[in-house]
This record gives sequence, C-alpha cells and structure tokens, in this order.
Amino acid sequence: MNNDYEYVPKNSFTRWLDTRLPILRFTNEHILQFPTPKNLNYFWTFGFILTFFLITQIITGVILAMHYAPNSLLAFDSIEHIMRDVNYGWLIRYAHSNGSSMFFLAVYIHMFRGLYYGSYKEPREVLWILGCIIYFLMIVTAFMGYVLPWGQMSYWAATVIINLVGTLPIIGDSLTQLLLGGFAVDNPTLNRFFSLHYLIPFIIFGLVLLHIWSLHVPGNNNPTGVSVQGKQDTVAFHPYYTVKDFFAYVVFLLLFCYFIFYNPNALGHPDNYIEADPMLTPAHIVPEWYLLPFYAILRAVPDKLFGVLLMFGSIVVLFFLPWLDTMKVRSARYRPFYKMFFFIFVLDCLLLGYLGAQVPEGVYLLLSRVSTFYYFAFFILIMPALSRLERPNPMPIGISNPALEQNARLD
Amino acid sequence: MKNTIMKNISKILLILFSILFLYGTSYASDDVNQKTHKILKPGFSFEGPFGVFDRSELRRGYQVYSEVCSSCHSIDQLSFRNLIQEGGPEFSEEETKRIASQYTISDRYDDYGELVERKRLLSDRFPSPFPNKKAAMFANNGSYPPDLSLIVKARTGGHNYIYSLLSGYEAIIPEGLEISDTLSYNPWYPGSAGIAMMQPLYDDLIEYSDGTPATIDQMAYDVTVFLSWVSEPELEARKKMGFVVIGFLIIFVFLMYLSTRRLWKEVH
Repeated sequence: MNNDYEYVPKNSFTRWLDTRLPILRFTNEHILQFPTPKNLNYFWTFGFILTFFLITQIITGVILAMHYAPNSLLAFDSIEHIMRDVNYGWLIRYAHSNGSSMFFLAVYIHMFRGLYYGSYKEPREVLWILGCIIYFLMIVTAFMGYVLPWGQMSYWAATVIINLVGTLPIIGDSLTQLLLGGFAVDNPTLNRFFSLHYLIPFIIFGLVLLHIWSLHVPGNNNPTGVSVQGKQDTVAFHPYYTVKDFFAYVVFLLLFCYFIFYNPNALGHPDNYIEADPMLTPAHIVPEWYLLPFYAILRAVPDKLFGVLLMFGSIVVLFFLPWLDTMKVRSARYRPFYKMFFFIFVLDCLLLGYLGAQVPEGVYLLLSRVSTFYYFAFFILIMPALSRLERPNPMPIGISNPALEQNARLD
Repeated sequence: MKNTIMKNISKILLILFSILFLYGTSYASDDVNQKTHKILKPGFSFEGPFGVFDRSELRRGYQVYSEVCSSCHSIDQLSFRNLIQEGGPEFSEEETKRIASQYTISDRYDDYGELVERKRLLSDRFPSPFPNKKAAMFANNGSYPPDLSLIVKARTGGHNYIYSLLSGYEAIIPEGLEISDTLSYNPWYPGSAGIAMMQPLYDDLIEYSDGTPATIDQMAYDVTVFLSWVSEPELEARKKMGFVVIGFLIIFVFLMYLSTRRLWKEVH
C-alpha cells in the first residue's frame, strides 16, 4: 500500500491537537483518504452495511434493556409491555428482532463474497480469522437473544442446545452447569444469557475495529484478485465509497423496513408468542432461519456427540481456509472449476437451511447427509485438490490494465 | 457504469428474494401437513400494506368476546384504556369507563391491613375469568383455555386460522377418528385428537347492538378482527409510519443512485 497522501493540519488548533492526539490524522488516513481499489462491485458494500447494522442492534438493544425485565416470571410480559405501553416500543423491538435477521443475511453475503473472491488468502489470513470469530460470536449472541423473550421456542431452543453442549467430552458437564446455573433452563439461565447478550456485542464491536485495522494493512481485495499496483488502481474511500456504500445501505434498508413495518413476524416462529412452559414441548423445535443449516448438519447423523462435533466443526473449518486453499490466484473469476464448486456450495448451504426446518426422516434425512458431506468436502477435499490441479484462466496484469497475462501473477 | 450498477443490484435482490422465498416456504410447510383442511381466507380489511381495521367489526368483535369468549378466556395484556386508543375500536371515554367499572379489583390494603375492593379504572387490565391456571383447568376438564392477548400471532396461519377454527366446527366426526367425549371435532385443529373447546358459537347466540344478524360466520369473523387488533394494537400506526418511511427511502435511494452515478462517472 502506498501512502501518496499526507495529512496537513490546517489551523493552529489542529496543529496543536495533531502532536498530542492525532485523531484527525488517523481519520484522514483511514477513512477519508484511504486508497481503495476502484473496481469494487456491490458485493463489497456489505462490510459498511454490517457496521451500520451492528450499531443499529446496539442502540435498539440498549433501549430495549431499559424496559425489559430479565426474570423468568416477568420477561414475557415485559416484552408485551414494550410492544404495547412503551412509546414506539413496537418499532424498537421489531427493528431489533428483524435487525438480527438482516445482520445475518448481510454477513452471509459478506462471507460468500470473501469465499468467491479469495479474500481470505495471503496476506489477509488474520482479517479472515477475525471475521470468523466475529461470526461465531454473532451466533452466540443471537442464540442468547432469542432466549430473552421467554417464549416457547426461546425456552426449548435453549434446552436443546444446552443439552447438546453437555455431550461434549471433558468440558461438557461443567459448561452445561455454567450455562444453566441450575438443573434446567430457568431464571438463572435467563439472567446470565441477558448479561452476556448485552456484553458480547461490545466485544464484537472491538473485534470489528481489529477487523478493519487488519483490512487497512494490506488494503482491500478486489474482484480481479490482482493486488493494487499503484495510484492508478485506487480512489479515495471518501467520497467514492462512502457514497456508493451508503447507496447500497439504503437499498438494504428498504428490505429491512419492509419487514419492520409490513411483515414484522414473518421471520419469527408463532410459538414464541406463547409464554415458556417447561411442561409442554412444542411439536417441532426449530432455531431462527439463519441457524437452520447448522441444525440440519447436527441432525444429519444418528450419534448425538458426532452431530455436535460436526456442527461446531462446520464453523471451525472456516478458520483453516487460508491453508486449505493454497491456490495463488484469488478470484474465482479466473478459476472455472472453483467457481462451479463454489456455486454448488452456495446451493448446498441453502438446501441445508431448508432441511433444517424439516423433520429429519426419509428423503430429508438422506438429503441432509449428502449436503452435510458436500459442505465438508468442499473445504477439506475440493479446495486442496483444486489448489494443486486447477489451471487458472489468463488474468489481467493490473486493475487498470485489462491486458491479459498467461501466467497468473499476484504481486 | 449505469448498467453494471443495475445489474449488480438486480443480482443481489434476486439472491435476497430467493433466500427469503426458500425459507418462507420451508417454514410454511412445517405445520401445514398436519391439517386436514386448507385454511379459509375470507379476506379482512386490515390485510395488505394499507389495510386498516373496520371500527364496526371491531366493536361487534368486542361484543362477541365479552359475551361469549370471556367466560373462559382472558386477555391479560389489554387495558381498558386501549379500547379508546386510535387504531382500535375507539369507544368513547365515558363508554369505556362504564365498561371498566363493571369489574372490580382488590389490589391495595387499607390502614387496617385489609384488602380493599375497588371498581376498575381505564388504566386497569381486563380481568381474568379464573383466579389462576389450576382453577381454569379444573373448570375445563383439565384443559387450560389460553389467554387470547397474542393468539393471532401465536398460531400458524394467524387470523385466517382463528376464523377457520371458530367457524369450522363439525358435528359429524369422520370415520376412523376416535375422539373422546370431552373433546370436540374441528378439522382445522392440528392433530387428530380433537379440541378441548366445545363449539362456542351458534346462530343468534348474541344480539348485536347494531342489529347485524348474528350468524356463526359473522360472529367468527368479527371476533377474529377484534382478536387481531388485541394481538397487534399498533398495526395501523405501524403501517402508517411504514408508508412515510418507505416513501422517504424510495426518494432518498433514487437521489443516492444519481449521486453515486455522477460521482463515479469520472473514474475510469
């Protein structure tokens, strides 16, 4: 990355401040002037969108916490208090509950983009791993948040997942105790879930800052996967990407507003409007839509422990991507075989999501086994194999130079 | 530039909608296979992006609730003042005060430590027909009549399911179904065991104050409208605000699109 720009303080105050707390210099270099590849497409806007959604979730969450009562006897009614008595409480709560769905939708697009354009490859391994940690913490936060309304699905989803944790060898028992705070999901569980649900988003926020920091060391990847070679390849982040990202954000906001105002309960389960009843198990216990693929993987195998290990393994494997895919060419644009397997992988994930909502019997069970196998095979077998066998197509020499070069080059 | 922006956006939108569609259908297929009948959709005024409640339907629905349903079912989350609120049945304040004062509550102690009974006020909640869950179950052959505050949001199929259930009791049990004496047959009720609630509505069970003929269908329809409002008292305010917000965003997104296009024109 070349630093052709220089921040020059304009008046005596900013000169004084610059030698004490160079915050304006930092802002200038990392937000305003930051050189960004000029060929980023709209799939690159989701990082910006995600930052906004994290902030939206934190603000709405803090307001909800002002009115919510984290007690198993009061929680369900306090949600209805928010919905009915608090001024615009319904708006805040629907924004928060649908906001989590939008957050996950955006993060999935963001991750698939990274996968397609090889954004996890050298020199962005740490960036990718930080992203995986953020994603894992998002799942934990969302799961804990889902328990807070203390509806039937809240209660039984918590029961199912904590039971699963118990099957883990060595740490299983103590982890279960730590999560439950008793013998079953009850008030102590709700209390600690509330506490952690409030805490983890701020950890995520810190990790997002690290994520951006590690992005700003090598700079952005881009659709060609060819590294930036000079000033001709980049534009300043502001105004070019602030405006473009904000445009994409507003498009996404339209979808968000459709759900808040016109279909606020479409992504939730009706059973969660029934207060938790430990004596009555719902007919089907299902997680929120964004966790359905993992639920399908969990139930694809007959052995409980093996299912749990596969479910956690499906996230753990993401951390190793930079070393599973060693192909130097980053972008799938120039890798016809990888591209094909990638799109099958996307369909596979969607299929797993569909299967997660079905009862694992007959053809559904068979399909979830096949798609679970492909999920892991894509990372563990196909990626390393293609790294060795695939011959990439000719690539452009540089971002601004469309001339093709036969031998793939990166730097 | 213009083409690539539109192409990219349409690509992303296509992906978003296919995901939503896939999950929408997967949730729907979750429960539908249990039912023997397809849910009836008579059409309600509050459906759709501009739908609002019909005041006379709400008022008739309230009458059905208070004269029929309320003997077993509570609506714990509803306060009397809600009946006055905009977007609801919009009863007058005097009328609602009169309704509230028909019920009493004992919620404070006098200086001698004795519970004091008083008439309910606008700020009080609707009373429950039973003192507690055990009493409710004892009076209903061991089944608990659920609270109706959220019933429309708490059932797959929503208001259409409630309408189908209430208007769909059948006296003749199909062959092969074993239903115990204490239960009733209703083809819309999930599972084949039968429903604990006996058929609640019969023609001319009540006399509507506005003179509408009280058929089973009419009462089922009206009380469904009322219960939909009880579940979502914010529905009208929500849609109204949504219209303004989305209207603003559509104009704004167009301006953002033009700004983006103009700004990026000079980049090659």
